[in-house]
Amino acid sequence: MEKVYHIAQHCAIKNQAVYKNGICIYEDEESETIKDFAKGVYKNLELKYPKFYKMDELCKLSFLASEVLLKNNEIEIDEETALVLANKASSLDTDRKHQKSITDKENYFPSPAVFVYTLPNIALGEISIKNKLKSENAFFISESFDADFILKYAKMLIDSEKATQVICGWADLDTDKYDVFLMQLTSENGKKLTTQEITNIYNNDYGRVSRRA
Amino acid sequence: MAELVEELKVKIIDQLSLEDIEVSDIGNDDPLFGDGLALDSIDALELIVLLEKEYGIKLTDPKQGKEIFQSVQIMADYITEHRTK
Repeated sequence: MEKVYHIAQHCAIKNQAVYKNGICIYEDEESETIKDFAKGVYKNLELKYPKFYKMDELCKLSFLASEVLLKNNEIEIDEETALVLANKASSLDTDRKHQKSITDKENYFPSPAVFVYTLPNIALGEISIKNKLKSENAFFISESFDADFILKYAKMLIDSEKATQVICGWADLDTDKYDVFLMQLTSENGKKLTTQEITNIYNNDYGRVSRRA
Repeated sequence: MAELVEELKVKIIDQLSLEDIEVSDIGNDDPLFGDGLALDSIDALELIVLLEKEYGIKLTDPKQGKEIFQSVQIMADYITEHRTK
């Protein structure tokens, strides 16, 4: 018998605001940088995780979205919860910072702390470390958020018993633009949503909000 | 020496993005790794870069860091003896 999958929770970080299940839970129109905005979210969530400050911006936003998604969650994750994310810009933002640090041969001091973030899947590592996950993970690069692909891959992980549930979605950042959308996919409780409904949530519920044109 | 110790604390906080730490939180003899500031292996590499960039000290053997980075005071002593800028 084919399993029925549910979206237990979903959240988004975009346009200087944080949303959970479609409801805005934090907004900040004052911060001038992603770094400051992310710090504000971190403080608002009352997190105590100093390693957060060492992350690059893509990791910070992905990490914060995972914290929002899993906070006060009815369905707790376990160490077999898989992570599947995708984005368009890969780790380009940090790649540029690293490139800048190695361009001047007379002032050649590449930062190890920057270099370690020149891969997008490090964001998955940061979430795994925080939540003690020992699970499958994958980070794909694609032109735009493809709910059908992500959900098929996530369901395959559960069907093949590689994972008990999957945190999946989109985490993109390039310079001053960012767009994060995470879901908790489970075969247990939650709202049963089709791929089209997920796409509509991403495009309409979260996409409609735009404070900074 | 006291000036260098304070300068080092500021640079360490900045270089290692220790945003929840104030200069006054770091004792001169506090261990930087383990129970002290709980720095990790990437932080150790950043400290090696800091020595070269700010003080012209190039560590040829990264294992030297284990001795030099025991505390801010030991770092300051080493810098005073070996700095080229």
